[in-house]
Amino acid sequence: MTGARETMLAEIRRALGRESSGPAATAVASRLAAHPAGPVPARARGTRVELLDRFGLMVEASAASIAKIASPTEVPRAVAAFLARHNLPAALRLAPDPALTSLPWAGTPTLSISSGPARPDDVVALTPAFAGVAETGTLVMVSDPATPTLLNFLPDTHIVLMRGHQVVGSFEEVLARLRDRYGEGTLPRTVGFITGPSRSGDIEQILQMGAHGPRRLHVLLLDDEAPQA
Amino acid sequence: MEATCHRFGAASARALADEQLQQALRHLRGNFVVRRAQAAARLPEFDSLRDAARAIKDEALEHLDLYLERFAAKVEESGGIVHWCSDAAEARAVILDICRGLGARTVTKGKSMVSEEIGLNDHLAAHGIEPIETDLGEYIIQLRGETPSHLIAPAIHVTRAQVADAFRAAHTDLDPARSLDEPATLLAEARDRLRQRFLAADVGITGANFLVAETGSTVIVTNEGNGDLTQTLPKAHIVLAGIEKVVPTLEDVATILRVLARSATGQEMSVYTTLSTGPRRAGDRDGPAAFHVVLLDNGRVRMLGSEFREALRCIRCGACLNGCPVYQAIGGHAYGWVYGGPIGAVLSPAFLGLAAAPDLPQASSLCGRCEDVCPVRIPLPRLLRRWREVAFAARIGAGRSRVVTRAWVWLARRPRLYRLLTGLAARLLGFAGRREGAFRFLPFASGWTATRDFPAPEGRTFHSRWQQRERP
Repeated sequence: MTGARETMLAEIRRALGRESSGPAATAVASRLAAHPAGPVPARARGTRVELLDRFGLMVEASAASIAKIASPTEVPRAVAAFLARHNLPAALRLAPDPALTSLPWAGTPTLSISSGPARPDDVVALTPAFAGVAETGTLVMVSDPATPTLLNFLPDTHIVLMRGHQVVGSFEEVLARLRDRYGEGTLPRTVGFITGPSRSGDIEQILQMGAHGPRRLHVLLLDDEAPQA
Repeated sequence: MEATCHRFGAASARALADEQLQQALRHLRGNFVVRRAQAAARLPEFDSLRDAARAIKDEALEHLDLYLERFAAKVEESGGIVHWCSDAAEARAVILDICRGLGARTVTKGKSMVSEEIGLNDHLAAHGIEPIETDLGEYIIQLRGETPSHLIAPAIHVTRAQVADAFRAAHTDLDPARSLDEPATLLAEARDRLRQRFLAADVGITGANFLVAETGSTVIVTNEGNGDLTQTLPKAHIVLAGIEKVVPTLEDVATILRVLARSATGQEMSVYTTLSTGPRRAGDRDGPAAFHVVLLDNGRVRMLGSEFREALRCIRCGACLNGCPVYQAIGGHAYGWVYGGPIGAVLSPAFLGLAAAPDLPQASSLCGRCEDVCPVRIPLPRLLRRWREVAFAARIGAGRSRVVTRAWVWLARRPRLYRLLTGLAARLLGFAGRREGAFRFLPFASGWTATRDFPAPEGRTFHSRWQQRERP
């Protein structure tokens, strides 16, 4: 394998007409270390209120829905209300994250609750987000033992808990937070950017929702930044 | 995939006469083209993002060896395995080996043009491993025994009635009398069918939109979520990517993502953009136990050292196909290989050799729409013209067109004679055609007049009007 690698790299250098070391290697190393940002759209900037508003509008523009809640304890009722309103099964699979499993689910006895990685028959999942991007209404999900990836894809309905302070303006701000959490040059196994529910336009260019992933995507935006009354 | 680019002439004539195809292609103009323009207009920074995207790809190509080294080192650091393959046969062999090592019987696949390029499905099937395409469009054409006709909408040439026929023929356990008139019904049937295949697959194979040198991540972009189910459920995830997919950093991915979906479908972002770094980690509750990246050259290094390097910037959005009057008229299959449209007309001669695709660089009016919409500003008309020059110099192409070209060159080098003869011709044609305004037949121009009228000139040449300062 080393042979194949060295051969290809040597051929590339020959095509480029340059050596492997020298000023080029230094320039590349410093570009990787500096990771300069490109043009960031103006719509990614604004006050906290503006960014949260824009996030909400862009989430809706992506054909997802969003509801605001004022306290974590409202999550069970908000989930139950959403499922009832859309006439969906009241069986909820939670990401095995204490922040979700410790919520007061006993207050909504109509919901049947379980937690763990996604099973083929799960119909509704609730997962926590890592970040939200106001620029496009994108939800950023990371994989780890408490947030298995398939919960975001297998169930027909995906509900995401987003905390207000997790919403940032641009993708570059998300990258900064990823580096803060995981270190330079290191990522969790998957980082998923999700913008709306699954869809396909492959049959006569007619847009259909729910191709392989969730048909419905709902965001619960927890307002954790407002001054406490 | 077997190339039939040398039969472009006959294939495009067939495409023009194919009523079903023409009906299917009609959906193209109102959708992708309009939505791309709207998305670009919604983002004031769009053109400066295109400049930045071009600069990123140029930087990655200029230091391709160094970024690939870093990418591979980071993949290995995260527990993945990198395979360096110089051609299609090597890549097929590596992938087959991995599948056999796991005792794989079925393999699910995310959409990958490189997989088409190396003919992977036929190779796996020939060795007893069933490949299952999971992108809806790819699934449809796999059932129909076809290849993709568009970079991001592989079944754009298929009508819904044809999809229904394909499903009835393949899903024989379902009620033959069921209604399949609506796209929603068709989608539901495919979703149900493929869900079972996702859960049973032993290996998942995807392409990559980006390889990130900084972190050793591979990135896929989909709207359906099929790529994520493909790469997360099975025991192993194999990423198959051309070496030109590497970009330096995560910031560079963010910049290019801002132009990718907008150029492709007119979305602000595609639904799922997933960065994968290595196999399942300690404590993870799902994800593949093994993570392989197959890096493919297959002619790319040769392009890198040639005057066609700029075509390696391509991010496969399909915008140049959608806007192209030639692609709009004939669709993708007539181009005869994996990549159609203007970018295909540049790439196919580079990958296959010009002698195998002599007509493709001629399949353009050089109107320039492709370059106008390209998110990484590939100068497609210039590259097509360059291929024409190469063809002329190498004596490739139809003899008659070479004779005419040579005569034209001779004439164009004699300005006085040129002006005299073109002036005469303009006056003569202007006089002869003044009543009808166009010719139904012209001697020596039957290739043109067989399918359309030739407009009659007004009587004077551009040169003479320019000299008299009749400027607009």
